[in-house]
Amino acid sequence: MVGLVIVSHSSKIAEGVRDLAGQMAPDYQNLIPAGGLEDGSLGTDPMKILDAMKTANEGDGVALLVDLGSGIMSAETAVELLDGEFPARIIDAPLVEGAVVAVVEASTGASLDEVVAAAEESRGELKL
Amino acid sequence: MATLVYDCIAGIAKTIIDNRDFLTDLDREIGDADHGVNMARGFQAVLEKVPQDVPDIGAVLKKTGMTLLSTVGGASGPLYGTAYMEAGKVSMGKETLTPEDLRDMLDAAVKGVEKRGKAVQGEKTMLDALIPALEAYTAKLEAGASLLEMLDAACAAARDGVEYTKTIRATKGRASYLGDRSIGHQDPGATSALLTLEAIRDYCREA
Repeated sequence: MVGLVIVSHSSKIAEGVRDLAGQMAPDYQNLIPAGGLEDGSLGTDPMKILDAMKTANEGDGVALLVDLGSGIMSAETAVELLDGEFPARIIDAPLVEGAVVAVVEASTGASLDEVVAAAEESRGELKL
Repeated sequence: MATLVYDCIAGIAKTIIDNRDFLTDLDREIGDADHGVNMARGFQAVLEKVPQDVPDIGAVLKKTGMTLLSTVGGASGPLYGTAYMEAGKVSMGKETLTPEDLRDMLDAAVKGVEKRGKAVQGEKTMLDALIPALEAYTAKLEAGASLLEMLDAACAAARDGVEYTKTIRATKGRASYLGDRSIGHQDPGATSALLTLEAIRDYCREA
């Protein structure tokens, strides 16, 4: 099963998105939050993201959902630090909508490419 | 007794920490007012976590970069973290440096920042200080100048680069949301890059 990592500057956002998206598939355990810094400040930490990726990975790779700005740069850094140990891709989609779709898709046993493609389809959806 | 490379890194850290409020004030003008706070937090962690007794310059720079990655929190974490780690890669295993080594390290750091930030010169970033500094250093190196002349030229070019950032519009990072209103302000990242180069120069002058 593909793993998912929620990257945010805020640990509360990352954990909240994990809780919200996790409701879609209560048995899916590979959804790991990586928000904030060790000391509780707002920010993103590539090492924390890297650890979350390793926890989320079951062998089928990991997709990352990111909030904004340096969160994206930190996620890219973490993927590079992983050094190809397993496949990892950043999803280009809104954090909450993308996470909901990704959880549904990943929990059905879809491949990494399928999870990324499905989540990225949420990008164009208007709210109203 | 601490190694020379630790003392140099500690000199950079002191400069960044001493300029925390200055860098944050610059960032308040065109960004999210956290550059000084973030960089000072990162370098405080560097002072605590980087070993004082490891003579391998590359290993010390790698540890510095990894520490900055984990503790800075903003975009400057991955950017400076990558810069130090890339400089560490080309100096791994070395306990002394030639002026050519220093050029290669600066070159690797610049390439790392370009790649990580997907940025080029002229976008009101760190690169507007670092690229002119690398060019000035290289020109002096090829002309057979002394190390201090090379570093002085690099610092002067970086200072001109910081001045140049006042005249241009930001197209990268938070400042890009301001559009033309970013003109007239110097870039905080270019400024911290200049401070870093000056700290290296001052360290070499006193060592």
